[in-house]
Amino acid sequence: MSRAMDSILKKYRRAGIDSLIPMLQDVQAEQGYLSKDAVAEIGRHLKVPASKIYGVATFYNQFRFEKLGRYHIQICRGTACHVKGSATLQKVLEQQLGVKAGQTTRDGLFSLEVVACIGACGLAPVISVNGEFHASVKQEEVGKILDVYRRRAESEGGV
Amino acid sequence: MITIEVNGRPIAAKKGEMLIAALDRAGIKVPTLCYMKDRFPTGACRMCVVEIEGQKGLIPSCAYPVAEGMKVQTHSPRAVNARKTIVELLLADHPDDCLYCVRNGNCDLQKMAEDLGLRRRRYAGEKSVWKMDLSSPAIERDPDKCILCGKCVRTCEEVQGVSAISFAGRGCRTFIGTAFNEGMNISSCVYCGQCIKVCPTGALRERSSIKEVWGALNDPEMTVVVQHAPSVSVTVGDAFGVKPGVDMAGAMTTALRRLGFDYVFDTSFSADLTIMEEASELVQRIKTGGKLPMMTSCSPGWIKYVEQNYPEFMGNLSTCKSPQQMMGAVIKSYFAEKMGLSPKKIFSVSIMPCTAKKFEATRSEMGTRSIPDIDAVLTTREFIRMIRMSGLDLNDLEPDTADTPFGERSTAGKLFGASGGVMEAAVRTAHYLLTGRELKVMALEAVRGMKDRKEAQLEINGMKIGIAVVNGLGGAKPLLDEIRAGRDDLHFIEVMTCPGGCINGGGQPIDMNMDAVKARMAALYQLDAKARLRTSHSNPSIMRIYKEFLGDPLGPVSHRLLHTKYMERKVLN
Repeated sequence: MSRAMDSILKKYRRAGIDSLIPMLQDVQAEQGYLSKDAVAEIGRHLKVPASKIYGVATFYNQFRFEKLGRYHIQICRGTACHVKGSATLQKVLEQQLGVKAGQTTRDGLFSLEVVACIGACGLAPVISVNGEFHASVKQEEVGKILDVYRRRAESEGGV
Repeated sequence: MITIEVNGRPIAAKKGEMLIAALDRAGIKVPTLCYMKDRFPTGACRMCVVEIEGQKGLIPSCAYPVAEGMKVQTHSPRAVNARKTIVELLLADHPDDCLYCVRNGNCDLQKMAEDLGLRRRRYAGEKSVWKMDLSSPAIERDPDKCILCGKCVRTCEEVQGVSAISFAGRGCRTFIGTAFNEGMNISSCVYCGQCIKVCPTGALRERSSIKEVWGALNDPEMTVVVQHAPSVSVTVGDAFGVKPGVDMAGAMTTALRRLGFDYVFDTSFSADLTIMEEASELVQRIKTGGKLPMMTSCSPGWIKYVEQNYPEFMGNLSTCKSPQQMMGAVIKSYFAEKMGLSPKKIFSVSIMPCTAKKFEATRSEMGTRSIPDIDAVLTTREFIRMIRMSGLDLNDLEPDTADTPFGERSTAGKLFGASGGVMEAAVRTAHYLLTGRELKVMALEAVRGMKDRKEAQLEINGMKIGIAVVNGLGGAKPLLDEIRAGRDDLHFIEVMTCPGGCINGGGQPIDMNMDAVKARMAALYQLDAKARLRTSHSNPSIMRIYKEFLGDPLGPVSHRLLHTKYMERKVLN
């Protein structure tokens, strides 16, 4: 068990099932996602089957089950972005990355997340990559944007 | 008792019970897809809605307690209309492949569409598409056909205490899956198949081996042998309109010969063999200070449960293979030798009340030199399908007897089909081994019946022997936790994965009527009460196989062929 996990379990030493969601949030804040090991640990700690924890976690958009990519792409699917065509944008992103929302590319470079509203409606449709905003994204620009990060990864080296 | 008025007529109801229970007793049928008798209602499917005077909306009768003077309309136009709409909406997101479905003619959803007279697709929309889970050797999942009633999830959690599956996701993307939506093969599923028995549609089913078996039957090179489990003969008749619990062993044997099987064996014979080995092992453990309490090993779901949930108790499991595997082992050794057949040219089929047996047969340690003990396992349901495919009807067939050299069985072996049966059979033989005398009263009433746990203290030769029978896997955890906490008065524990034992196994005909299960249980005990040969150790065929081939119980040949080992399984549980 990792030390981080250990300290989370310690924090919730006498916790019951009602602490499940805060625990999951702590783990995700620490590790970026909910790993199988983490879910198993929490399950043993709270005496809840892993399938139930998975059930609870998949109910909420905030939890992910794959490691974050080096570049984490958030695509806004709020109302303004929707009107401006973010559904198509998401499809194009998923096609070009070869993953679905919530997943991480095999090379570990990109992960994709759908968010409800990023609070930048004036820039719709908007995507954010590691916090860098790309405004009024057209579907034919998606490839170029991804290439920027691919090149950056190459020049910085190491994944 | 109180009185309520239903459809203008008074009916009696018990105070505090749910409306649907009172309606059911009065013979008034309201349809339901999610209701589980005697369990806390979920009100998930809304099919059982009724109109109650003074209530604005429709009320789900499964989740509404009765009250004195209540006035109910169960089939008012409004209620029926609501039910129609529910089924229409379910069908709008359901594959239109009834003709090809394993549950064709035996599906709750199909029946409701018919009962409500649906003749037109009113709703057309996008259908959900999910991946089938074909990863396990025992159970297949087809989520496209799932209507999210939740009965499988509740059975897995509340009845069996396994929780391999759960609801996941949200809204119209809700699905039922394992942890991390992995394949069943790497999940904590023990393959008991109780979920299949409660599934109203074809979303859950066994992995069929019918094709392989037909293939072998049509291969002139192969000698195809079949064994049938003790509980199959008292359940197979259900599908042919025979009263629940009537023993159809004779007609079934005839059917098997007509299907083309070259030799027909009764697994009850190898159950006798199991008892010889298991009772000897128990006596040895007691005499030499071996690990106690010893736990039975014939229910493969229970075995997997111990391996993944309580590996510390693996040493308590009897090392005996299950009767299926013992039979498989002696067929490909003793029988092959006797008949001058190469084990490679024998295709060994077993007909089991069980889906976990399919998994057990694939365990790598269940065979010798890459030849598996068992080549294919059919559930009772698959067997029934094969009988129908061949145009046979059990009612029309003259009874026949099983083949020697494995022909005779004692009724001790037959008792394996019911919860408590292995215990009873083992006690008969263990008593004989310890005292040299037969039990005066064979029937051990304390371990019979449908209670979750049955315990007794026996006195044999002045020694106190504590026994416990766990009826259904849900009762295993509490007992194992007691033992972990220091309980030490037990010597022998029987655990059957399915509630009631194999007569209610996950491979049995689909009907959740507990009265039928009790009738099957009664049938087995009646066979035993009427029989002359009631103990495994006095079975002449058993004596002969030890004399001719095996030597002594627990001897080297037995050890090689009839005993096995267990391994810890890491699963996400």
